[in-house]
Amino acid sequence: MKFIERYRFFLITVVITGIITIINRDIGLKALGVAGYSFKEMALVIPPIFVLLGLLDIWVPRETMMKYMGEGSGIKGIVLAIILGSAAAGPLYGAFPVAAVFMKKGVKFSNILIFIGAWSTTKIPMFLFELSALGARFAVTRLLVDIPGIILIAYILSSLISKEQVMQIYQNAESM
Amino acid sequence: MSNYILYIITVTLLFVSYLRDKQKTNKALMKAWKAFENILPEFLGVIMLVGILLAILNPQVISSVIGTQSGWFGVILSAVVGAVTLIPGFVAFPTAAMLLKNGAGYMQIGAFVSTLMMVGVVTAPVEIKYFGKRLAIVRNVLAFLFSFIVAYIIGKVAGGI
Repeated sequence: MKFIERYRFFLITVVITGIITIINRDIGLKALGVAGYSFKEMALVIPPIFVLLGLLDIWVPRETMMKYMGEGSGIKGIVLAIILGSAAAGPLYGAFPVAAVFMKKGVKFSNILIFIGAWSTTKIPMFLFELSALGARFAVTRLLVDIPGIILIAYILSSLISKEQVMQIYQNAESM
Repeated sequence: MSNYILYIITVTLLFVSYLRDKQKTNKALMKAWKAFENILPEFLGVIMLVGILLAILNPQVISSVIGTQSGWFGVILSAVVGAVTLIPGFVAFPTAAMLLKNGAGYMQIGAFVSTLMMVGVVTAPVEIKYFGKRLAIVRNVLAFLFSFIVAYIIGKVAGGI
């Protein structure tokens, strides 16, 4: 029962794919093909991310993380959040488990949001790809608009969310 | 390429960790596994959802939506398409380049690329599990709105208007 409860969302998507396949075989098979491809991508990128997370959790003391990215880390924390997010590999859903460990280590909430923003838009491998496909003008403009943008969004988000809610999110991360 | 770097860094750190403290390394691996197992159901669901969406919203459908539209209505449509899809970069950028060649405006493509990366409707279940519903929704809405600023500036600079 617990298994079904936890995997409910996944099982629903499987059933939907099954129904689509019955209605239109081509679209159903294509959906499975794309899912298979995404699964391979996950199998390739996600394990090292989680191993790095485990190592970070065990080896880096909370004090160190707090000093560099916690409350009062100022500009240093913001820059580090952008660099760490930009150096990342893998799809955006890989960023959230990293954020959870950052919370455990006492990283400031706005810096976590900046990290998520950087992971989503300023990843270096992606930027290089964009540069070659869409040209320097497009890619550089987007990068220059996005960096202040993700900082702005992070601060607006922090101001919109109450202290209690932030506390709750941090507590939730402890159990992850 | 970046995957190789990721693996080299991970294996090296794991090795150093193992040399310094076997027990701590075991603990780290256990934590890694626990964190992974915890989010695996959501990951699998998202992957299936991406499959369904991309099978329906293939590049032809996307280009028929974005390619011919112009003006702010086209920008809004492009932003919506970008928000609901999750396409790997090496597919997304060539598709965007192709759309540009076929007459789509820079503003539309700017909106599409921006929401594609910043807004995640299909990844929302993962985001909600870590950040809660409210924050996940507000973040995605803000990122969606911000994408219009990105689109406008890209339209001005790259479009050369």
